[in-house]
Amino acid sequence: MKKVAFVMVLLVGLLLALAVRDFPAWADRNSPASQSPVSSYYVSNTGADTQVPNLVTAVLADYRGFDTMLETVVVFIAGLAVWAVLQGGRTVRSRNRGDQVQFEPDLIVTNTVRLIVPVIQIFALYVLAHGHVSPGGGFQGGVAMGASFILVALGWSLREALYRFPLERCFAVAGIGILIYAGIGLLCIFCGGEFLDYAHLSSVLPVSPQMARYHAMLGVEIGVGFTVSAIMFALYACLSTGGRMKGGL
Amino acid sequence: MGLESLNTLILLLLVVVALVSLRLRDLVVSCVVFAIYSFLMCLLWAEMGAVDVAFTEATVGAGVSTVVLIATVFNLRRKAKD
Repeated sequence: MKKVAFVMVLLVGLLLALAVRDFPAWADRNSPASQSPVSSYYVSNTGADTQVPNLVTAVLADYRGFDTMLETVVVFIAGLAVWAVLQGGRTVRSRNRGDQVQFEPDLIVTNTVRLIVPVIQIFALYVLAHGHVSPGGGFQGGVAMGASFILVALGWSLREALYRFPLERCFAVAGIGILIYAGIGLLCIFCGGEFLDYAHLSSVLPVSPQMARYHAMLGVEIGVGFTVSAIMFALYACLSTGGRMKGGL
Repeated sequence: MGLESLNTLILLLLVVVALVSLRLRDLVVSCVVFAIYSFLMCLLWAEMGAVDVAFTEATVGAGVSTVVLIATVFNLRRKAKD
């Protein structure tokens, strides 16, 4: 069986390697992606439309805002699903009994975590808020924020971290993130536009339609950051304990 | 050293690291090697100019997913059978 699998893998790998020859060259002007009218519209009009220097953020949060909103919902559902699967079934006994030993938090580790966590969190907020101008945005900032919570759980114990961020509150924060995103979209409807049509927010914000799109993108990214950071920590808490919420790494 | 040779070097390293992470028996070490794979991917993205993707790869691929994988391995047998 193993030999058959190996031959299959080899064959598929060979086919994939053959398919690579049909790829357009790097930075090829005549590749289908560069020739489509959509991408040339983004490249030439994003600056005038939204005042955002970072094209990627503009496409992600504005032109394709609907897509990103449902991606955030996918992250939320993934977190809920992991929790439901691990919580709902019969609790699996861990083979590794190491998690039942009580460890004293290590002095060096806890002090390092104490020093590093504020830096990570400020960097995460910077990445989130600066996503228009430099690489970054809600997803990356949210993951960095969630990683700082995980560091607290690793440095002390999961119990300590869950005491600060209980699981129910994690899911509540994740839901609030989606509500912020969808709320900005609904606000656009009330201002006379379509769902997630940020330009119409200029009737409630004291700025031009272009700058309204700029600022609405920040609001949307904050919503994404809420959801992603809370779900990242919830995922870690569920997976490291097999859903028992006791012990952990 | 031109961009092309750097690209080739990273791609070769990627293949080596992928094979090593599959061959290892200790799953925790395998996870760490997988993080190296993610960082190499991140280098490749950054070098091709897709800085946003590189950033996501560094935070999600190398950071959080490694932690989640290791957390999962500790709930399983640590050594792979085959």
